[in-house]
This record gives sequence, C-alpha cells and structure tokens, in this order.
Amino acid sequence: MKDWMRTARIKSSEITDESVFRRRRQIIQGTMAAGVTGFIGSAAHAKALSQPVTQWEGNATDELTSEATATTYNNFYELGTDKGDPVKYADKLVTDPWSVVVDGECNAPGTFTIEDILKPHAIEERIYRFRCVEAWSMVIPWNGFALGDLLKRFKPNANAKYVAFETVQDDNLPGMSSRVLDWPYVEGLRIDEAMHPLAFMAIGMYGNVIPNQNGAPMRLVVPWKYGYKSIKSIVRISFTEKQPPTSWNMSAPHEYGFYSNVNPDVSHPRWSQAKERRLSGDTSGLAALFSAKIPSQFMNGYGEEVAELYADMDLKKFF
Amino acid sequence: MTTYFDQKTIQSGPASTQSSGVVMRAMLKPVVFVLLSLPFAWLIYALFNGQLGANPIEAITHHTGEWALRILLLSLCMTPLRMMFRKPWPIRLRRMVGLFAFFYVVTHLLTYMILDQQLDVSAILLDVLERPYILAGTVSFLILVPLALTSTKGMMRRLGKRWQSLHKLVYIAAIAGVVHYIWLAKGDQIEPLVYLFVLFVLMLFRLKGFVAQWNKRRQAV
Ligand code: HEM
Repeated sequence: MKDWMRTARIKSSEITDESVFRRRRQIIQGTMAAGVTGFIGSAAHAKALSQPVTQWEGNATDELTSEATATTYNNFYELGTDKGDPVKYADKLVTDPWSVVVDGECNAPGTFTIEDILKPHAIEERIYRFRCVEAWSMVIPWNGFALGDLLKRFKPNANAKYVAFETVQDDNLPGMSSRVLDWPYVEGLRIDEAMHPLAFMAIGMYGNVIPNQNGAPMRLVVPWKYGYKSIKSIVRISFTEKQPPTSWNMSAPHEYGFYSNVNPDVSHPRWSQAKERRLSGDTSGLAALFSAKIPSQFMNGYGEEVAELYADMDLKKFF
Repeated sequence: MTTYFDQKTIQSGPASTQSSGVVMRAMLKPVVFVLLSLPFAWLIYALFNGQLGANPIEAITHHTGEWALRILLLSLCMTPLRMMFRKPWPIRLRRMVGLFAFFYVVTHLLTYMILDQQLDVSAILLDVLERPYILAGTVSFLILVPLALTSTKGMMRRLGKRWQSLHKLVYIAAIAGVVHYIWLAKGDQIEPLVYLFVLFVLMLFRLKGFVAQWNKRRQAV
C-alpha cells in the first residue's frame, strides 16, 4: 500500500502534521517522477484546503493516480485541445471573483458568490474511479460535497426534470478562439441522477484546492458516466423541464449520448469501450511501455448503486 | 517522359560550381538522415526522462503517427521541388525520405499492436472492421509496404516505367493517411485539415505536371 493511500484513508481527526508532511513529500516525489515541468508550476500553486475534510465510507480501493498525473493530463478544451494545454494555460482562467447563476424551475434562484455557495457544506473526501471516453481512467481523491445537497438549497419545483450546467467562457481562454466545440460548454443530468448520492461537486482534490486545469473553483464529478459529463468551472446551474443540450452530443450526436453512462458493451466509433488504460503506473522508462489495459466495468463499477435510475431503460438506445 | 536516370545526366552543372557541389552532395544525405532521425531520438530520450506525460503509450502513438504523415508529405514534395529548382538533389533524397516515412509508420503500427492492443488479435481485427479511421490507416500502410519493398535501385531498374506507375500509389497512401487523421480527431480540429490542404496543393502541382505532359503528348501525335 502506498503512503498516499494510507494518508487518504485516515479520518480527518487523525490528520496530523505527519500526514501533511507525507502529502507534501508525495507531491515532491510526484513532481520528480512525472518530470513534467508544468506540474512544478502547478505544485508551487497547490494550496491545501482550509476546511476540515472527512472521509467517505465508499472509497474505491484501486491504486490512486498520482497528483502529478491527474493535474497535468487533462481535457479542458477552453484551455486547448492538447492534454498538456490546460496545465500550461491554467493561469489564464481567473477564478476570483467567481459567481454562479442559478435559474429555471426553482423557487430560490439567484446569483451567488462561490463563497456563498460553499459556506454551508462540510467537505468530504471521496475516492472515485474516473473513466474518460478516450479509454483511459484514473483514481482520484476528490474533495467536495454531494451535488443533491447543493441543489436542494435552490428549491427545485415540480417542473424541474433536468439540471443544466454551463462552464465559464472568457475571450482570454486560449482554446476558445478555436471552434472545436460550440461555446460555452454545457452539460446536463436528469434530476434523479443529479440527486443521486454519488453525484458530487468537487472544490478540491488530493486535499488541495482544485487547480484551474481540473475545473476550479467548482466542478461536477459523476463517477458512473464518461468524464466529459463532469463539467468544469461551473458558472450556471439551470433547472429545466426539457432535456438540456449537451456539448459533445451537439458536436457528434451519434457518438456521444445524453446519458453517457460508462458501458463496455456500447462501442464508440473511435474507441472500443471494453477496456481502459489505468493511468496510475510508471510514466518513465521501459516500464511505462507496458502499462496494462484493464477490462472496463458497467457503470464504471457503480452499477449496483445507480441501477434504480435506469431500471426500465434500453441502455443501448439511451447511450 | 524524363526518368530519374535521365535527370542525373542532364543536371551535371558547370565546372566552377562542382567542387563545392561535391561537398554539398556528400553532406546532403547524412544531414537529412540525422534530421529525420531526430523525432525518433527525441522519443527515446523522452521515454527515459519521463517527458512523455501521463499516458506514454498514447504519446508515442501520436508522435510516430504525426511524423509518419509529415515525412510522407515531405517525400511528396521532392518531385515538385525538382521541377521548381531544376536540380537533382530532391530526387536523390526521395528514397531516403520515403523510407523514413515508412519507418515511422511501422513504429506507429507496432506501438499500436504491441503496446496499445498488447497483441490482442481479436481486438485488433475488430478495430479494423469497426473503426473507419483504423481501416484508413491500414489501407495506407498496406499501400506503403510494396512501395518500400520496391524502393531499391535494382527494383527501379527492373520495373522501368511500371515503377513510376506503381509509386504514384503513394498519393493514395497519403490520402488514406490524412483521412485516417481527420476521422480520428475529436471535435473539429484544425491540424488534420492543415495536412489535407498541404496534400491538396501537392496534388494540384502534380496534376498540372500531368496535364502539361498530356498536352505535349497530344501535340506530338
Ligand atoms: C497501419 C494501420 C494504422 C493503425 C492501426 C493506426 C492507429 C492509430 C491510432 C490508434 C491512433 C491514435 C488514435 C487516438 O488517439 O484516438 C493513430 C493516430 C495517428 N496516426 Fe495512425 N495508424 C495506422 C496507420 C497510419 C499511417 C499509415 C499514418 C500516416 C501516414 C498514420 C498517421 C497517424 C496520425 C497523424 C495520427 C494522429 C496523431 C495525433 O493525434 O497527434 N497512421 N493511429
């Protein structure tokens, strides 16, 4: 068992200077192992969360992905299409001040500062598997709170059948001059999916404030769906009666469905979804060449928990 | 129609430029050889220094694929360059550049088969059948194999005129390579279209040459 996993499992009450020291040491090791210059920059920025963090009981027991990997290999097209672009251009994203518009079918809409949004929520650490449609996956300790707890505060009404989310758009973001997607990036969930206890809003990872390239200051994490559903840097939350448009679905409707649940039996035109490459091993030397692919799991291994959401649905049709 | 061999005799320049020309000529191939080896050398260096990022196998696939396509397009520039400069050096480089393209294609393919698919034959076959972009890449590769095999001087001599017809297939291989890239890109990315544009220009250039030749022949008849 790695130092990291031990650190991640202990209760917050037990978090001592020793474990903080271990985390720091891990970051330094990670930096050296990754040898990614971008990460040195981001590690220098890495800021420990000021809130106390409690551990969740359902944590994945898979080997954790290193913080260096999880913060330097990102899809965040507003910052560029290359996996290394988001960390490189992270500083272009300004997250302070930040506000979130909440509107649509709810009784307590408004515009809220990020501080107002976060205030009532206790912060939990959840280790989730994260599966990208490009057939790679990571295992990440997210820090945040249940999405449902946040949504309930806005008092969705009976017409609220869906929740739509929108990412920040800003002309300073280098990727936005390219027309690779229709901006702003939008995503959505059915309301019962959004209220499911596994749906999570992250404001940190690895005990640190979430870095810009990972979707600061607040992003969604829906562990049973492909990564692009987990929208980053959220500026708007809208309750809707109709199914909201979603970016990748609009860009290629036959390739990316609204639901986008991880499903090894539904093949994507470019990537077989039967297997995935787990990004938790070596990234240097000959060992890096032989990182195994592992079989992908239905609903990313969260099938039992979310089964009730899709009881009567043909998941090949509603992919 | 002038062939490679005619060019050699046509193009011996005036005596005064010949001594510097000899040095240049002697240096040209080794220099280009080293230059075209650099992307591969970088790959080895990067692998052992952790410079390939979080997903090294994907990085190798992309790096070898990009350079395969770039160098393949470079090899298509050789004949137009000869026509433009009326110098033999592009043709002298043509085989080497073409073989380098093939080298990167083979590295790319081996990366895919061994490192990515881990020699899972059924997964590879499914990929070829189900994924149009893999099929396009395979078509490109299968065309390049006979071209690489017949790239020797001996084969050129033996095949004569047929050699030229055969090697025009390189355009089909390049089209298939570009299509492969366009089909695999996620979202509407610019880069594959840049290669498409370059290929288009190169083909126009040759087409003009063919038309001129055809007209000349018609007049001769
Ligand atoms: C022999 C069959 C081939 C196979 C199985 C194959 C397979 C692949 C795969 C799996 C990828 C990565 C796709 C992804 O990341 O989504 C790729 C990318 C690529 N391949 Fe191939 N390929 C083949 C032939 C070729 C040939 C002949 C060329 C060029 C002449 C080529 C050029 C490229 C390029 C330019 C890329 C994109 C690199 C990037 O995204 O930066 N491939 N290929």
